[in-house]
This record gives sequence, structure tokens and C-alpha cells, in this order.
Amino acid sequence: MGGCLAGSVSKAGDACLERISLNEKEVVSIVLSGVGGQGTVLATNILGQALVNGGFDVKTSEVHGMAQRGGSVMSAVRFGARVKSPLVPAGSASFIIATEMLEGLRAAPYILPEGIFIVSTSRIDPLSVLQGKASYPQDAIETIKRIAPGSIILDADAVAEKAGNRRAANSVLLGVVSNFLPLGEETWFEVMESLMPQGVLEVNKNAFLAGRGFQSGEGA
Amino acid sequence: MEHERLLMTGNEAVALAAFHAGALFASAYPGTPSTEIIENFSRYEGVYAEWAPNEKVALEAAIGAALGGVRSFAAMKHVGLNVAADPWFTLPYIGVCAGLLVVSADDPGMHSSQNEQDNRYYAKSARVPMLEPSDSQEAYDLARLAFEISERFDTPVLLRLTTRICHSRGVVVPSPPVSPSPADYRKDEQKRVMIPGHARLRHPVVLERLRLLEEYSEEFTFNRLEEGEAQIREAKGSEARQDEGTLFITSGVAYQYVKEVFPSYPVLKLTMTFPLPKNLIRNTCSRYEQVFVVEELEPYLEEEIRALWFPAVGKERVPRTGELNPDIVRRAFPEVYGKEIKQHEIPYDVGALPSRPPILCAGCPHRGIMYALARLKAIISGDIGCYTLSVLPPLSAHDCQVCMGASITMAHGLSKAFDIKSRLKGEQEEPGAVDGEEGEESSLVGAQDVKTGATRPSSSKRPRYPVVAVIGDSTFFHMGVTGLMEVAYNKSNCTVVILDNRTTAMTGYQDHPGTGKTLKGEDTVSVDIETLCGAFGIKHVRVVDPYDLDECMKVLSEEMNRPEPSVVVSRRACALREKRDYQPYCILVEKCNACALCMRLGCPAIVRREENILIVKEQCAGCGLCSAVCRNDAIKAIDL
Repeated sequence: MGGCLAGSVSKAGDACLERISLNEKEVVSIVLSGVGGQGTVLATNILGQALVNGGFDVKTSEVHGMAQRGGSVMSAVRFGARVKSPLVPAGSASFIIATEMLEGLRAAPYILPEGIFIVSTSRIDPLSVLQGKASYPQDAIETIKRIAPGSIILDADAVAEKAGNRRAANSVLLGVVSNFLPLGEETWFEVMESLMPQGVLEVNKNAFLAGRGFQSGEGA
Repeated sequence: MEHERLLMTGNEAVALAAFHAGALFASAYPGTPSTEIIENFSRYEGVYAEWAPNEKVALEAAIGAALGGVRSFAAMKHVGLNVAADPWFTLPYIGVCAGLLVVSADDPGMHSSQNEQDNRYYAKSARVPMLEPSDSQEAYDLARLAFEISERFDTPVLLRLTTRICHSRGVVVPSPPVSPSPADYRKDEQKRVMIPGHARLRHPVVLERLRLLEEYSEEFTFNRLEEGEAQIREAKGSEARQDEGTLFITSGVAYQYVKEVFPSYPVLKLTMTFPLPKNLIRNTCSRYEQVFVVEELEPYLEEEIRALWFPAVGKERVPRTGELNPDIVRRAFPEVYGKEIKQHEIPYDVGALPSRPPILCAGCPHRGIMYALARLKAIISGDIGCYTLSVLPPLSAHDCQVCMGASITMAHGLSKAFDIKSRLKGEQEEPGAVDGEEGEESSLVGAQDVKTGATRPSSSKRPRYPVVAVIGDSTFFHMGVTGLMEVAYNKSNCTVVILDNRTTAMTGYQDHPGTGKTLKGEDTVSVDIETLCGAFGIKHVRVVDPYDLDECMKVLSEEMNRPEPSVVVSRRACALREKRDYQPYCILVEKCNACALCMRLGCPAIVRREENILIVKEQCAGCGLCSAVCRNDAIKAIDL
């Protein structure tokens, strides 16, 4: 898998994105990370269901309960011809999608050497930082770029706001990663229609399209 | 339906399987990671599903429904089966009529639990057959099979899940549903009334059934030997052929990790893990030189295999604590050829990043009352719920916590112990003289540096009876009620604070006997907490609004100084649930001297940016606590 994916990533900067193509043995892993309440679990479901509709075997993992009280949330989607573990082994995620910078960095041990981050520049301070007992990593984005040079950094909140609602930032990020995945736009929309409340559907579709059309280097 | 491919969590798959198996009755108390099983089941057409006050009640209700002739199930988290252990051990004696499934969702790694007990031992000690799925498809298949096994052998069946099965999604292809006709009710008191004379007759039946189940387990196709992937074996060449003598034995989600990292090795996958297929294990193990056992938590399989005289290696390699994952499994067997992984050094110490533990939400009604208790230097006996999060700094407002309902009973024991000790010393009870010495300073919270406002009671001394139990409304109904009876009956002098936020918040807002709504959303009666406390003989029952800090301090202080039991109901709906109009607060920069007193509330809306303290307007839920603690009159509601 490495070759194909590495090729796509090296071109990410030119916004000339290639889609993943898989052979029979390959499993692609995507890690999603964020803060409880940011909608990471719903984004995981949409991504997972879209890949099922695309004909893949899919496993996802997420954690409920305490995580919803503002804690770190990390979930994963794995797909291919046949997926075994729902958990992603270290160093094997093709993509880390993060709705928050610190949480993106926290997921770093999962990244494949040729994988990329898709990170929103949103910052949510943990309580220890709010209290002045720890400091927020000022170099989060630089570090992410150092780890994975082709990473895509964007202010997903701002892009979502332009599309109609800041809270649709997850859909922006899904739109960005959709460029790499072998699924058509209609597959994504079909899944969003089945999993999202009617009232927020339109704005999320717009946010998804904004992410899908996002040019690296723009607005970040 | 035959081509339907559904992406489901294990919990959703169990609910669908129960529905497709024709189950018509389900009862549960919410508990992570099991909660969504009943929630999903309740949405299917024509089924009955309910929230019970606790797991013992849920299991007993399901037993009754199965005796009544309909396929039934109860679902609970691992510690819930402790609560239901009383019926659990006698249930196999009476058997079932219609199929009865019990789902236990264990939580290795304690994502949302107080311990990581391994409930497989419950199956063995009660002689109940146990099935362990390794993904959503198996959760579906096995939950369906469980009803058939239950009826065929006249036994309850335990479906043992773990968090990673409950909350992972996988593709499920359902099979055609069945709707077995309900069984007729028939009186059979020798079988179902466990007086000693009857139970003595039934115990041998349990053992004979176990023998039959052992035979069934040998033939059970989900217990199977899987050969390694040949291509990989060939590709790895001569070096690897030397360890052809290695066998992995595994079950549950650990099976997926073994297949992920050691695809070329033979794996004995055990799925009915009680009773075990001993002959299959014996015959398989005898063909290999080396047997590795990979299982989460306790060495349950390992010990069973060793009892068959095979020197299986398990827990000396595989951790006994926490969840497993592919990396841990790979590292446990470095000599075994695994799928190649590129080493990727991350030039960053991720472990040093500031952690982000869960916290009480902005506007959480627990914050005010816990802050007040900490300021009063109460000895706080806590319970299971969101409020337990107040143990973390800056509130640091908990002294002890064990299990559902234990806040009240432990507070009773604590206050009795303090009484006994002060009697032994022949001392008069002094204010604050717990343990004969000044109680340890609570790590909180402006106790010294808050100037006491005119209406506020002194907070520098502990009240005379500083032991306070705090318990949420749902937890109180679950297992706190009998504790409160103990407090009243045995003349405790502790104070019980019931945090009534009108929902079961931590598990995701389930209804309970105090909300006036059923699981299906129908109107029903609701328990009147004040009347209930009065009926127990508690004379002093007071209700406070936890947003009113002055009132909380005053009432708590009065009740904690009373030499008899009292109850304070802190009543306000969960801030995430209640839709209310509110004004967010802001800090007036010109009045704020950055003393940071407000930050000691631990509110996520209050932040420090360089020298200034700010309230993030979008985060603020308008509870006003920060304004109440501010000495400088610097925090005001914003007029919108």
C-alpha cells in the first residue's frame, strides 16, 4: 500500500490528490481525534458507513461514557477487503484527522511514515492549561508538519462558518479526506442523509464540499 | 435482507439479534459500555423494554418474563452482575422456560468503570454457559444462538462482551428473523421454588446439564482451529519454519489482535468459553510444541488449559491489567514472526502533552454543591456518577468512593467510627475535631482566602458532624435507598446529599424512577424523594438550588451541625439536558485583580490568557457561580 499512498501524499501540497487503491491484503487505517463534544463519534460513523457503502469491510472503534465530558476522544476507522483488529497498530494510520491541534499531536504515534495529518487549527485548552498548570504546545502545527510534511492544516471552524455553521467543522475535515478515498460524492451525501438530522444536513453538505474543494495553503 | 450489510456496534448487533430471535422482553440499568443494548432494542416494533432501578431488579424481571414464556434478556455492565449476583447463582437451579440471555459488558482498561473484574468467572462459578464474540457479526450470531442454547438446555446463557466489542463497529449481515410462539405457563414448584429440599434435587440437574453442555461445546463450530495463512508461511522462508510448533489460543477481541499481528500462525479460537471444549483443546495442544494464550484481564483460559496438563504461556507475557491492542500482543511475543511494521520514530514526546481528563461541564449543577461541601471541609463519601469527577483538582471534593450506593452506607460507617473514637477518648465532641485532631485541610478552594460574605457562614471550621454522602438521583434509586434506611434506623448523624439532576447523566441521559418517563418515553409515576426520606423517619429533608451558593453553604452547614441524620436534595436539571434561557457572564477587566478565585471552581468556561482571566462566552452556561465567589464584584451577567 505504501507506494500508492506515498505518491498521493507527496502531491497533496499541489492539491493534486490521488485516491487510495488497495490490493486484497491491505487495510487502511484512519484515526480521528478531538475533544468530547466536538462530534468525533458522528464523523467516525459517517466515514465508516460511507466505506461500507463503497463495498469495503470496515471496522471502527470508539469510546463512549466518560469521554463525552470534555475529555480526549480518539476513534478509528479501518477498511480493506478483510479487517481484523478494530484498533489501529502504532505507526500504521494513513490519516490522522483532528478537530483540535493538541489532540492531533497526541495521536501522532499512530501515523504511518508516509501518512498525513488533516488538522484543524482549532485550540481547546485542557483544564490544566486553563488553570495555568501546564502549557499548550505552541509548536503543535510545526511539529505535525515535521512528522508528516504533506499534512493538511486548515482552520476548519472558519471554513465551516463560511459554509454556514462553525459546528460543521467535522464535515469540512471529512471533505478533505474524501479526496483520498475511493468513494464518490453521492456515497458521502447518501450516508450524511441517513445519519444526520434533517435540520443540519444542508450546512454539513456545504461544509463537506468546502473541505473537498480545499486547496492546501489556503486560509491555514 | 439477504444482501444487507449493516455497520453496527457490538451493542447494536446484540439488540438486533435479540429482536431477530424473537425476544420480547428486556430489562437493564444503564452502565457503560452496555447502555446502548437496551436503548437500541427498545426502538424495535412490538417489543417491551424497560429501565429497571438496578441490575438485580432487571435480571429478576427477565427471569420472571422467561418463566412467563417469552424470550427475554437482561443487559448490564460487569459490576452490574455483582448487584445481580444473588439471583444469578440460583437461576441455573430453576432453569428457564423461554430463552433467557444475560449480557455482561466488561470494561478492561476501565474507560468508564471503577474496577476491571473479569466476569468470565461468574459463568464458571454459577455453571452458566458463556459465549464470547470477537466482533459485531459474532455478537449478532452468538446472541441469536444464545436463545436456542438457553431453551435447548433449559439454562440462562451469558454473553460476555468487552468495551472493545460493545463500542467497535463492524459489518453485520443479519439472518432471517424468527418469531417463536410464546410458551404456555405451567406451574412447577419443585423446579422453581428453591426451598432446600427442592434445591438439593436441582443441584445435580445443574451438574448433569453442565456435562451435556461440555459435549455441545466440543461440537460448537465457533470453537475452531484456524490454520495460518499459507502464503505468508511460505513467503517467510526457512527461518520461520522452525516455529511451526507454535499455537495461539485466544478468545474475544484478543483473537482479532492475534490474527492482525500473527496471521501466519495457527489459532485455536475459543468462543464458548464456558464450558470449554476440553477434548478439542487437548487434541490441538498435543500437536504443538508451544502454546501461547492471549486473553484480556485474568488468566482464565490459561489456567483451564494448564489444568489439562499443557504448560501454556500467557500472563507471564501478556499484561493482566488494561486492554490489549495489536502492539501489546506483538511485543509480548518478540520471537514470533509477525507482520512487518515499519519503525517510525516520532520526534516528539507525546506522553508529556497536557492530558485532557473528563471534567464537570460548564453550568453543571454538581459544581456549586461540591464547591460548598469542599469549603465546609466536609468528609465526602462519594458515589458513581458525573459528580465523582469533582475528586479532581481544583475541587478535590471526594474522600472515598467504591460502588453504586456505597456513599451513604460508608458515610454511616465513617460517622459511627468517629463517634466511637471520640467516646473512647472521653472527649467532648469539638467542632472540627474529627479523629481527635484538626482534620486534614481540604486541598480546596479559597477556604482560607475567601472573605466570608455577610450572609455566608464561617467556612474556616468543620461543622460538628462533617461526614457527608453525595449520591446522584439515579444512583440513589439504584442502591442508595436501603442505605438511607440504614442511616435513619441506626441513628446516624451523617448528612446525605442527593444530587437530583433529573436524569442518569453519565451514561447518556437515561430515565429512571424519578423522572416520570419510561424508557419508551411514556408518562409514568415518579418517586417523591422528600416523601420517601420522610417515610424512613428522616426528620430534616431540605431542598436547595445548587446555583445558589449562599443558600447551599447555609443549609449544608446547618444540617451538618445537626446530631441526627438529615437529607439535602440539591435539585437542578443537568445543564446539558435542560433548555433554559440564560445570560452568559463576563469578567470586568477594570475590577478583576486576577486573584483566580473563580478558577477554583474548575469551570471550563473560565480561562487564563496571559495575565487576564476571561470567560469564554460560547462556553458559559450562565450558572453564575463564578459571580458568587468573586470578592471584587468583577463578574457580571451580560445583557443580551
